[in-house]
Amino acid sequence: MLRVVNGVSLMAERGQVTALLGANGAGKTTTIECAQGLQKRSGGSISLLGQDPGRSGADLRSRVGVMLQDGGLPPSARPIPLLRHIAGMYARPRPVDELVQRLGIDTFARTSVRRLSGGQKQRLALAAALIGNPEVLFLDEPSAGLDPQSRQLVFELISELRAGGMGIILTTHLMDDAQRLADYVYIIDAGRNVAEGTVSQLLQRDPAVEAGTDHIRTLVFEAPPGLDFAGVLPHAITVTETRAGSYVASGALRPRDLASLTAWWAAHDVMPGSMSLAARSLEDVFLDISGKDIR
Amino acid sequence: MTAPTATATQGAPATLLRRILLQGRYESLAMLRNGEQLILAVVLPLLALVGLTVTPFLDGFGASRINVAVPGILALCAMSTAFTGQGIATGFDRRYGVLRFLSTTPLGREGLIAGKVLAVLAVLCLQVAVVTLVALPLGWQPPAAGWLPGLSLLALGAAAFTALGLLVAGTVRPEATLAITNLLWILLGALGGIVIPAERLPAVTQGAVHYLPSGALGEALREAFLHGALNGGAALILLVWTVLAGAAAIRWFKWN
Repeated sequence: MLRVVNGVSLMAERGQVTALLGANGAGKTTTIECAQGLQKRSGGSISLLGQDPGRSGADLRSRVGVMLQDGGLPPSARPIPLLRHIAGMYARPRPVDELVQRLGIDTFARTSVRRLSGGQKQRLALAAALIGNPEVLFLDEPSAGLDPQSRQLVFELISELRAGGMGIILTTHLMDDAQRLADYVYIIDAGRNVAEGTVSQLLQRDPAVEAGTDHIRTLVFEAPPGLDFAGVLPHAITVTETRAGSYVASGALRPRDLASLTAWWAAHDVMPGSMSLAARSLEDVFLDISGKDIR
Repeated sequence: MTAPTATATQGAPATLLRRILLQGRYESLAMLRNGEQLILAVVLPLLALVGLTVTPFLDGFGASRINVAVPGILALCAMSTAFTGQGIATGFDRRYGVLRFLSTTPLGREGLIAGKVLAVLAVLCLQVAVVTLVALPLGWQPPAAGWLPGLSLLALGAAAFTALGLLVAGTVRPEATLAITNLLWILLGALGGIVIPAERLPAVTQGAVHYLPSGALGEALREAFLHGALNGGAALILLVWTVLAGAAAIRWFKWN
């Protein structure tokens, strides 16, 4: 038996966006497909609105909206008749026209699903997931293929639905999505959840932050290639040349570290091409936890 | 279990009957709007009907060529729609995740399959009407007593071919489904005892043809529409195919 997911434990609340964050292949989709009843699980327990999704009926399915990663919409269908058809499966669907207008589907109403752009398909799939007026919404990689305008539109709608009390569970491998949308984040790695918390809680896992030091974690600068900064900064701060002439100093940087670095530049007559400071991001947390190797 | 939080705005499913009817209508229209499916379902069977009435293949089996040809053509229609047409559509729906998405809506997997069966029956009704309308002016004279056993066995044959089509569509890639169901349509259509009775086929194939779903359905329909009789043996063979293929499809069908 293949255990793709083994040791994931999570809880999602109404009126909140819960994000499953992980690299491709970490087990996010498998986890939520078990919760949607699409995959049979070999062990463990799942409760969705108080019922087991593996053996539930139409009543539970009518209260749960699902947007699949690949859309799952028939290629030859046209958007509005398709939405009307899906709406017919529910006793009290949302008005189709309202969703069509809200998600800008009217602008491509005459195009078959096959010919829609990635972002248009995602918007249509979101409308299809919402048409039954669900209490729980599953979104598998919702911003995949979205252009910036669509992304803004979709994110605004998600925030509104959350404010209306919907429980939203989304998977993403994009830190930015999680940071912008999620009330609570589970980091999934190799089929297990390895960390959880609100975005700010996760950011505060940083030992330097816990010690009361600054949030600044990285200093990126450009300078002539091949420089050796050994001994310039404390051991806790590493300087790596990520590509020729581009350096990243990472660690809990303090004002005196900046002084040391600029003093070294002055002594060696080095003028950096650029330099910028950045706060610790969810990406740093994620990389700290799940390791920096590419999977 | 009590559900104290239920409110008027909460999601609720439409009735099971409505869901199945809607899906049946949706899939029927999808089949009828697809040009290739229409050729397979209507044009090719009608061409075969005309071909069989102008050639001597069927001479000696009944009072006229058309009387022998029409039952076989109806059987061919069932194979077109239930096996090849529905199999290909399901195979591609599976590829594009349509089956998975619809099974998360109140329709569910059972409703989806019921809708497909309904769509096959609806298109088959249309095919029977078209073939009858073309065949009557060509001189087709079915016995009145033939309609009840004929249409019942046609429905049973459609069930057997639907189960077989779903079995193929649910276990191999859609391109392979396309190839397998089209190839089998041609092979069974020509040599499977469906339009040309087993007795007229090469000796090596004769014995086996009676046990094929195509041969059994062809024989059963000729028995009904030539003699107004029910062929119990052929009906039993179709039933066995339906049960076996249905069980295999339930066991091995992959939804993604």
